[in-house]
Amino acid sequence: MTPTPRITKAYFNAFYALMTTYRAEIFFWVIATTLPLIMMGIWVQAGASGAFEGFGSVDAARYFIGVFIFRQLTICWVIYEFEYDVVSGRLSSMLLHPVNPLWRYILLHAGEQFTRLPFSILFIGLSLFIFPEALWGSGEQPGTWLPQGWRVLLALACGYLAFLLRFFISYTISMLAFWIERVSALENLNYMPYLFLSGLVVPIQTLPPALQEVILWTPYPYILWFPAQLIAAPPEAMPAELIARGLLTIVGWITLFAILQQALWRRGLRHYSAMGA
Amino acid sequence: MPAIRTQGLTKTYRVADKKPGFVGTVKHFIKRRHREIQAVKAVDLTIEPGEVVGFLGPNGAGKTTTLKMLTGLVHPTAGAVSVLGHEPFKRKAELLKQITLVMGNKQQMIWDLPPMDSLHVNAAVYGIEEKEAMRRVEVFAELLGLDEELTQPVRKLSLGQRMKCELVAALLHHPKVLFLDEPTLGLDLNAQTAVRSFLKQYNEEQQASILLTSHYMADITALCPRVVVIHEGALLYDGSLEGVVQRFAPLREVKLDLAAPVEDAVLNRFGEIEANEGRVARLLVQREALTDAVGRVLAELDVEDLTVTDPPIEDVIARLFDSGNNKGETTP
Repeated sequence: MTPTPRITKAYFNAFYALMTTYRAEIFFWVIATTLPLIMMGIWVQAGASGAFEGFGSVDAARYFIGVFIFRQLTICWVIYEFEYDVVSGRLSSMLLHPVNPLWRYILLHAGEQFTRLPFSILFIGLSLFIFPEALWGSGEQPGTWLPQGWRVLLALACGYLAFLLRFFISYTISMLAFWIERVSALENLNYMPYLFLSGLVVPIQTLPPALQEVILWTPYPYILWFPAQLIAAPPEAMPAELIARGLLTIVGWITLFAILQQALWRRGLRHYSAMGA
Repeated sequence: MPAIRTQGLTKTYRVADKKPGFVGTVKHFIKRRHREIQAVKAVDLTIEPGEVVGFLGPNGAGKTTTLKMLTGLVHPTAGAVSVLGHEPFKRKAELLKQITLVMGNKQQMIWDLPPMDSLHVNAAVYGIEEKEAMRRVEVFAELLGLDEELTQPVRKLSLGQRMKCELVAALLHHPKVLFLDEPTLGLDLNAQTAVRSFLKQYNEEQQASILLTSHYMADITALCPRVVVIHEGALLYDGSLEGVVQRFAPLREVKLDLAAPVEDAVLNRFGEIEANEGRVARLLVQREALTDAVGRVLAELDVEDLTVTDPPIEDVIARLFDSGNNKGETTP
């Protein structure tokens, strides 16, 4: 059963309340996810050296601030949550509710995202304070950072699609918890390509075109690079056909992983022994 | 239509089989060995609407696995199961809205939040109007003696308070079938009594069917006119609570208040010694030999008082599980 707006609201309220009890932990967790801001420092220097054509220090700063924003939105820990729920038997009480636990996990993340929001804004403000050229431009790269309104809205929508994409990749792997006791060990198989192909460490546009083309067929650049580019890159760097391709690819990957997840879910439930319950 | 019906319900688990020690660990890492355990063997069970049934058996007998199959958490290996006309493992919302499972060692409420937050979620999930849900919470809270506990974080509650809140959460949607697995586990006597009378009242008011497992015989004697006994996955007995005593306790207890202590060697001649503590002794005597034994005791010993009773139900069940001799003698 899919949740009604009332169920969605009730879950969200409960999980937001739950996450606010961990606000100190979340603050430190936000600090732990500031890799894009560290990468910003490195790439601003690289951009200033002129080593990458069309990717100056201001571009680098705007790009990595965008990556930081969408990284905050796409944090996903469902594999650890689901593994614990299966191994401890906590999944049993969720299975007795007439709502698919999938929604519970999604809304648990939504509650956490909302709790994380003020801390994220704080870090974005801090980054702009440290590197104000990202906002106002520099001598080499003049111009205020003011993306078009529709691009911002599209980037936000893509950000949530990116979250769903990352969620369904992780949740699909999580389903193996029905057969493997420590499924979180497999998260590394997902994390390594995520780290290098999502644009978290290396902006995709700085890679050789042939490699870019290959990477753009994988799901990973659509988690960070694509939404970050929508707000950070100049309009000519993100033409309509690239945006359309990006949107179709995100939706395609989400659909594929959702179908795979549901198939594994059905098979997994037959295998579930409700351990510890 | 029965509330619960199973026919030949069977569950076989495949479990890893590892020898202890370093060599066993290396062998197990290279080549896994498994063996099959038949946790439930061809169980036939019918429970009518409104019936309260005690489900008894020693640890590992198959009680919890049976409950898991009845609630749809675990798929049966063989056999048929129907709860309110549904196959539970299909997990249809229509069925899930009419059943509940309470596990004494598990919780469904969110640990770091007050129970009320979880109750709001349950009200939404089960589609109970907010006003009606709060009315039900109020009624249940009064019956169970809950008040401020509902607005304190679950982790701050005592075990008894937590279990009471779990019951409110589990019954908020007024389920027609209750599966209760050790609901009074670890509770003090007052909390146990409160939970029992709450369940009794719920059963009377809602005409709900209850299948209850408990190691506290007081739960069974207070709530269950009918008991089902399971041992090593197979049903041993299905009938009235009194019938358990009749069937599995062919012995009666003879309590003697003696004028002076008597040695075990002497008491042994009249029956099996259950206790011999100073001037008080308790003997277990076969029913058919009771008249003869009592006559001889009165004739041969200096007895101040003598009473004959059935042994406590706890002892009967304990003996039944210890002996394991009656395996397969299911009474329809």
